[in-house]
Amino acid sequence: MDDRPDLAESSQQSSQQSSQQSSPQPRRAGLWPRDGGPLRRQREGRLAGGVAAGLSVRTGMGVSAIRAAFVITSLISGFGAAVYVLAWLFLPAEGESSTIASRAQGDKRGIGLAAAAASLLALVLLIGALLHIGWIGSLSWPPVVAAAGLVLVWRNASPDEQAVLRRLSEPLLGDTAAGQPPRRGLRITVAAMLLVAGLVILLYQHLNRLDLWPITGVALMLAAIVVLLGPWWLRIARDLMAERQARVRAEERAEMASRVHDSVLQTLALIQRRADDPQQVISLARASERELRSWLFDGRAPGSLDGLATTLSGGVRLIQQEVEAQHGIVVEAISVGDCDLDPDLSALLAAAREATVNAAKWSGASSVALFAEVEPDAVSVFVRDRGRGFDPDAVPQDRKGLAESVHARMARRGGSATVRSTPGQGTEVALTMPRTAGQREPSTAP
Amino acid sequence: MSERRPSVFIVDDHGLFRSGVRSELGDQVEVVGEADDVQPAITGIARCEPEVVLLDVHLPGGGGHDVVSAITKSHPRVRFLALSASDAPEDVIAVIRSGARGYVTKTISGAELVDAIRRVAAGDAVFSPRLAGFVLDAYASAQPDQRVQPAFDPELDQLTPRERDVLRLIARGYTYKEIARELFISAKTVESHVSSVLRKLQLSTRHQLTRWAAERRLN
Repeated sequence: MDDRPDLAESSQQSSQQSSQQSSPQPRRAGLWPRDGGPLRRQREGRLAGGVAAGLSVRTGMGVSAIRAAFVITSLISGFGAAVYVLAWLFLPAEGESSTIASRAQGDKRGIGLAAAAASLLALVLLIGALLHIGWIGSLSWPPVVAAAGLVLVWRNASPDEQAVLRRLSEPLLGDTAAGQPPRRGLRITVAAMLLVAGLVILLYQHLNRLDLWPITGVALMLAAIVVLLGPWWLRIARDLMAERQARVRAEERAEMASRVHDSVLQTLALIQRRADDPQQVISLARASERELRSWLFDGRAPGSLDGLATTLSGGVRLIQQEVEAQHGIVVEAISVGDCDLDPDLSALLAAAREATVNAAKWSGASSVALFAEVEPDAVSVFVRDRGRGFDPDAVPQDRKGLAESVHARMARRGGSATVRSTPGQGTEVALTMPRTAGQREPSTAP
Repeated sequence: MSERRPSVFIVDDHGLFRSGVRSELGDQVEVVGEADDVQPAITGIARCEPEVVLLDVHLPGGGGHDVVSAITKSHPRVRFLALSASDAPEDVIAVIRSGARGYVTKTISGAELVDAIRRVAAGDAVFSPRLAGFVLDAYASAQPDQRVQPAFDPELDQLTPRERDVLRLIARGYTYKEIARELFISAKTVESHVSSVLRKLQLSTRHQLTRWAAERRLN
């Protein structure tokens, strides 16, 4: 803590100089100018803890300059890192009343862990010093402080800061929550660098000394890392697993919701509209029942065309018949080329069906054009009506039909959906699904 | 549009449909005669010499293409617009290849039909979304096969990418004007692309088109 004024002093001096050049500022209350309010860690524009951003707001200096100062002092002696972590600990974040340090007081385990990390790192540094591995010597306390402080920050930060920390540590920990491939390259580079550094130290500096010290030192360091980080790794792995399961559940739920929307909810809406025609209502209810049964007991999803159609053009024809029968609208169905259906293309057809039903229900047009084209590397479907159209930006997010059944359905399978609509001129939904390698062979008639 | 009313002859085996079309066209065109089968159609058209013949693809005494080939020999100035409810692609392509200037489905509205008749009378080609789809399909699935086709003419046997773009947009339900806007070309250029496709369809001796038709018949 007592180092901070130095840094602040220097930064404040430079800010003072620049402000003096533009307009002399007589107001100087106490040590620091008070323009920016009390010193707080910023949420806006933060990279890690928001310390640099906070200082920038407070002093009026460029945030990049402050960051550079931290990085340079960190690289020279670790000093900047220690200051940064301490500031992170002892400065309250913007909008928060308590500091992380005050919360950390209650965290017995965290303090223990921090002490362990600090002592372990100190031990490692000591061994390094004994082995005469140059650059870490008497000046090695800042990294120790930084490591211990970081442990406390990690354990006691508020949830949104935890998220920032997770994002920062993602490349090193390997797995990512968003399901993108882990950044292996970075990890391998770091590992390779460590390995090379270790080899250099072992082979060149101590080749002529046949004592066992270096090897023992390395072994000790490895053991220390494993002992310190092992349980933590396990916990992270467990957390990630739980998170992944939750995500899978959420996806399943979304899929199920869109299926129910396509089948049961649609039918219920139709029944309400045709309440005066008992024959129609009965046949609609029967169809829906059949669909639900085959979903629940045979695993065939409603709204999908599994089993009913085996080719894309067959599926397009099926959509045409179904929508024409249920909604009394002309569907001009045209398909160019053909191929067998796979799960991706079934999803494409389900989305196309939903778009067609949407057009039938909402556009007010008397006909819908449904055009499907099979190309070597993608299948596209266009659903176009000349109805009343709408403003795509004005559609509320929770309008199930378009958002969930069309967009999400396509996105889940790696396809894309675009909606073009002009009020008064109609709507066109364009769906594209890339074809997988196994599906490239066109299914031509014998 | 132009005040001149094109003269029209209607060929369809359903009397109800003929009178329906008559009343839909109203006084926008001059209906000079009608027929319900191939032979009466040929004699009737030869007598009236209408500008445009609205032709059903399927007739009891044969296909609409028989009428087209018989008349175009003796009366090259008579133009045909094929009209049908829902037909096998190979029959539609056959009518077009025998010389019809366009194809529309019976779901077309009265105003659109009048517009199509005027365009055919003016010598333009009229492609409905369905015809555009059929043509794309025919050219896409019948890949050029030099082994079977010694007299392979690349100019006639292939659509240019631009022509394919235009056909695709027609199949998606765009009007010529919308296509012009979408592709940043003039409506006249769209028109000429469509006419060029029609010419290729009619002049190509492409073996594949026939084979494609034969394959479709099997399905």
